[in-house]
Amino acid sequence: MWRDTVLVAGKDLRIEARSRVALSQVAPFGVVALAMFAFALGPDRAPMAHGAPGLFWVAVLFCTVLAVQRSVSVEAVDGARDGLRLSGLDPAGLFLGKAAAVAAQLVVLELVLTVGVILLYGARIETPWLILASSVLGTIGLAATGTLYGALSAGLRVKETLLPFLFLPIAAPVLLAGTRIWQAALSGGIPADAGPWLRLLVVFDAVYLALGVVVYGPIQESA
Amino acid sequence: MTTLTTRTSSPTPDVSTLPLQSSRARWTVRIIGISAAVGVALTVWLGLWVTPPDVSQGNTVPGNLVRLVYIHPGVAWVALYLAFGLAAVASLLYLWPRTRSMFWDRLAAAAVEVGVVFNVCTLISGSIWGRPTWGVYWAWDARLTLTAILLVLFLGYMALRRIPAEPEKRAKRSAFVCLFAAVDIPVDHFSVLWWKTLHQGATVLNPDLSPTIHGSMAWTLLISFVALTLVFVWMLLVRYRIGVLGDWLDGNELDVALRERQSEGVAADTGGAR
Repeated sequence: MWRDTVLVAGKDLRIEARSRVALSQVAPFGVVALAMFAFALGPDRAPMAHGAPGLFWVAVLFCTVLAVQRSVSVEAVDGARDGLRLSGLDPAGLFLGKAAAVAAQLVVLELVLTVGVILLYGARIETPWLILASSVLGTIGLAATGTLYGALSAGLRVKETLLPFLFLPIAAPVLLAGTRIWQAALSGGIPADAGPWLRLLVVFDAVYLALGVVVYGPIQESA
Repeated sequence: MTTLTTRTSSPTPDVSTLPLQSSRARWTVRIIGISAAVGVALTVWLGLWVTPPDVSQGNTVPGNLVRLVYIHPGVAWVALYLAFGLAAVASLLYLWPRTRSMFWDRLAAAAVEVGVVFNVCTLISGSIWGRPTWGVYWAWDARLTLTAILLVLFLGYMALRRIPAEPEKRAKRSAFVCLFAAVDIPVDHFSVLWWKTLHQGATVLNPDLSPTIHGSMAWTLLISFVALTLVFVWMLLVRYRIGVLGDWLDGNELDVALRERQSEGVAADTGGAR
């Protein structure tokens, strides 16, 4: 399973390294989204710094939708999905591999967005390890749920419109928890408040990773 | 494409042989419907006239608000636990290869649809209660938020079902989405314990299983739960029957239409006897 995970993740990341879609389109989209939020909230910095945690995670969520769509579409042509199923790779490894590739891209993206939030919104980070923990845990959860829903919607003609509708509500706990942890980590927050939300993220990740490992094979058959 | 394959398999379209279509089954559904209506009427009578207003506030507007307790928890119970819980169990049984049958798929679909209606009623009755007690129609509190998320998740389930697909694939896909969404149900149930929320804790299904309500109010509450459960069962059965008929029509629409046209021709030949 782990070998298959590495193989699949390597494949997806190699495609990304050669096509640069996430780097040249998804990451800039995230920055554009941050800029749009700034326009919407006006020139005053106070509401922006106040809303920075939520806006960061909303931007991450939107970018996750794009990253997942990309992760699905690289296998949409030339019967690549059937090829993967025939290859004898463990479905659990396939799931973990695709999720890991999405997660790796999201981590880079979150770095860019964090810098963006600090520069554009004037957010000041007081407790860096909380930011790091929320990003790592949130990314795992988003990648796991995103990959699951990506596989579910893979064969559908309406996948572009359906995926955000199905995925965003399922990912809402990550948005909620991530935002609260960020609020606790920025200046003026209380780091101790982050505890329950970190636990929520851990449970969320564990549940959806476990679900994915168990059901990814059958999901592929239904797509 | 599926219509073409299934159409030929049933040459004599006879609706009465389908599940829940026999006159006995229809009468059972009708009786459940009538008892549900009686139960609701009883709840309204007990809730509005027999039970006392809130002890501390007397017969005032806030004192009478407590009567919402005979609607809101019952509706929420049906939506969150009965309907969505049943949908999750049915989806699981569909996915389990040994128990796989379209029965579970249709049951899950029917349960979700009825559950969504009850979920909306939960949010509306909760808002009506929230405005005078909390001062707002809506608070971004853990329980409220999770209940709203649950609604959106199951709306997504319904959207997924509407996408034309082969019945087997649609059933499988929907079952997965239902299971993923159902993860939210236990979180919603325990949210009042895990987070500091505005919403009060469980009155009946609390961790000690000792209801914190007594007397005629407890009886009325119990009757409201039974009545709303009956309403749910009735709606579920009716929706299931519609689902069966819908699937049947998908498979036999052309046959029925052809037969009707042919009989028109025959009727015209014999001098318009029809």
